[in-house]
Amino acid sequence: MKNTIQQVFHSRKFVTGFSIFMALLLIVFFYPFLIKDDPLAIIGQGNFFPPGIYVNVYDSLHSTTYILNLDDAAVKRIGNTLGDQERQDIKDWLVAYGIPEDQIDIDNTKQLLTQWEENYDPNISVTDMTFARQRYYERIDTSLKGLLSTEGMIIAKTNPQTGVLEQTDTIEQSEYADISEVANIKVLPLGTDNFGRDVLTELVKATGVSLQIGFIAGTIATLIGLFLGLLSGYVGGLMDDIIMFFTNLFTVIPSFVLLILISFSIGQDNRGASTIAVVIGFTSWVWTARAVRSQVISLRNRDHVNLSKLSGHSTFHIIINDILPYIASYVIMALILQISSAILAEASLSILGLGPRTTEIPTLGLMMNWAMIYQAQILGKWWAYFPVIVMIALITFSLNLMNTGLDQVFNPALRD
Amino acid sequence: MKGYRKYFVNKLLWLLVTTFFAFILNFILPRLMPGDPVAAITARIAQGMSNSTGMKEFYQQYADLFGTNKPILEQFFLYIKNVVHGNFGTSFSQYPRPVLDIIKSSVVWTVCLQFPAIIFGWIIGNTLGALAAYTKKGFDKVLMPISIFVSNIPAFGMAVILLVIFGVNLKWFPTSGGYGFDLIPTLSWRFIWSVIVHYQLPFWSIVATAIGGQAIGMRSMSIYELNADYVKYSRFMGIKDRKIVGYVFRNAMLPQVTGLALSVGTMVGGALVAEIIFSYPGLGYTLLNGIMGQDYPLISAVTLIITMMVLLANFIIEIVYGLIDPRIKAAQSD
Repeated sequence: MKNTIQQVFHSRKFVTGFSIFMALLLIVFFYPFLIKDDPLAIIGQGNFFPPGIYVNVYDSLHSTTYILNLDDAAVKRIGNTLGDQERQDIKDWLVAYGIPEDQIDIDNTKQLLTQWEENYDPNISVTDMTFARQRYYERIDTSLKGLLSTEGMIIAKTNPQTGVLEQTDTIEQSEYADISEVANIKVLPLGTDNFGRDVLTELVKATGVSLQIGFIAGTIATLIGLFLGLLSGYVGGLMDDIIMFFTNLFTVIPSFVLLILISFSIGQDNRGASTIAVVIGFTSWVWTARAVRSQVISLRNRDHVNLSKLSGHSTFHIIINDILPYIASYVIMALILQISSAILAEASLSILGLGPRTTEIPTLGLMMNWAMIYQAQILGKWWAYFPVIVMIALITFSLNLMNTGLDQVFNPALRD
Repeated sequence: MKGYRKYFVNKLLWLLVTTFFAFILNFILPRLMPGDPVAAITARIAQGMSNSTGMKEFYQQYADLFGTNKPILEQFFLYIKNVVHGNFGTSFSQYPRPVLDIIKSSVVWTVCLQFPAIIFGWIIGNTLGALAAYTKKGFDKVLMPISIFVSNIPAFGMAVILLVIFGVNLKWFPTSGGYGFDLIPTLSWRFIWSVIVHYQLPFWSIVATAIGGQAIGMRSMSIYELNADYVKYSRFMGIKDRKIVGYVFRNAMLPQVTGLALSVGTMVGGALVAEIIFSYPGLGYTLLNGIMGQDYPLISAVTLIITMMVLLANFIIEIVYGLIDPRIKAAQSD
């Protein structure tokens, strides 16, 4: 036993898969201790806030200010407000005005602005331009001038008695706040989802729930498969025929279809994560049953089993002591595969809208489903779906690596 | 051909038996659930309806349609009769369109998309797997980790990734639908071209997911075969490597064909979800619409059709297997 485990941990593939999987488990386990937010709390008003560090504007106004005189501050400020479309429009005007196209770089804000300031004159009429277009450029020019102005901004408050605005403070353009002194900062490493929930916290919780679904479904499927496989392989005869008939039947009838039918019939209100897990478990035992049966048949007439029979041991005793230890490796491998396929099955079901009911817990499939319903993929909100895909791929990848590693240990022919 | 005929009849019988059980499951699973399915359906339809006579009318109508007020055996025969006549009832969500009509218009898309894609992915995967097993160093070292990782990206994930890269960012292919939304299905060049363009992303996403798993399976099979005694014997005999690889490939192929038969159900399931990502007008998308619209007759019919398709595909693969496996041909001499 010890020797086997040592051998298993010498397999590079197994160790890689095992470390990835353990890392995921540790993250899922310890993350809630570090960040105690409710994973489904709706914090963002509006959907799909991009990943970033969110600084409270109100608090930063009230924190200590420092004057920093930086040369490129103005350019950066304008560069940030100037959209791609406006940059393109400015370039179009400059080209029409007569500046060679290769001298204009719309990504170089400083150069672009200098060129604009030097050349733009509202009185010059560039050829082929409608009046509305001319007005548009005048507006751009005014707004740029407004941005370039060096005056600060006035903060005013409404006086509760008179209802008149009263100036309370001014902010200069060169004022800075130290981020560590601002009271409220929210780091959203993966932004928010369509409901305005923190994607990272939700993802970790969802990974935990999906893994649980995988474990429950995998255990149920393995137990059923093991039981049926032992029964049909060891007892044989009519029992074998009946069990094999149903095993073959459920091999060809796609389990996906059964899953859909059962989950739909259960109804939205009764579909919790554990129900889904049980349903998945009950529809995916086929492969384990087949594998166990073929192993048991090859073991059934070995000498040590016959010896056990002659010594008068009970069938139960023989199965536990003389059969199970020999098929344990296959059963564990099957369990690992079942877990990963159960996680995938949950995800597919959820995308179809047949996953666990949506309000209480997130699962990886549900997150994917929400992202798809809100068209995150078309809108380019990668943080809503890509981490989910990566997470699913990582889980199945690590489990499959462990499986191939075990396979190579137990089937020497496959070793490199 | 006596041996083969026996094999064929055997497989045909098995097809009939599995079809029969597919019918039973499709019939019985929704009815096994606690509660009255008809009551549940009427509750969904009559949401917000306060008129109790109207509710009763609804209930009566659906109870008659599904025959739930009759004994279970009679219900089953009614169900079989309806299915054989192609009468799947009327869709709830696309009322008053008959379900058969909806299925007819979507099944073609699914068949034309999935089966070529699965077969193509299978062929490429097997070729790559065999190459990896044969070359071992280099190619194998690079290819295997990649295919292991790629095969672990779920079908819908692959679909989304391809969609974002080639549909949204590069804008090479349209992101949704089976043909341009401004076109009416006709046999014009414009329509055919539109169909071809819309076909690419769903097709390649299914192919990409199929390749990885098949390559890994074929590699293990080929490694087994390469270590077999007949290979060593052939080497001692001085038979050319190229010829030996041919033998090995043929022998390793056989379990892969069976593997295809066994996994075609899972693959179709994954591909249905990929269809949904691309809003491809096939069965997967129809199924999604059915689930969204709580459309029981549509869901029941779609799941039945999918099962039938998988069973039929299985049957065809097994028949082909019988033709290429020499052991089944050899059985005729017994």
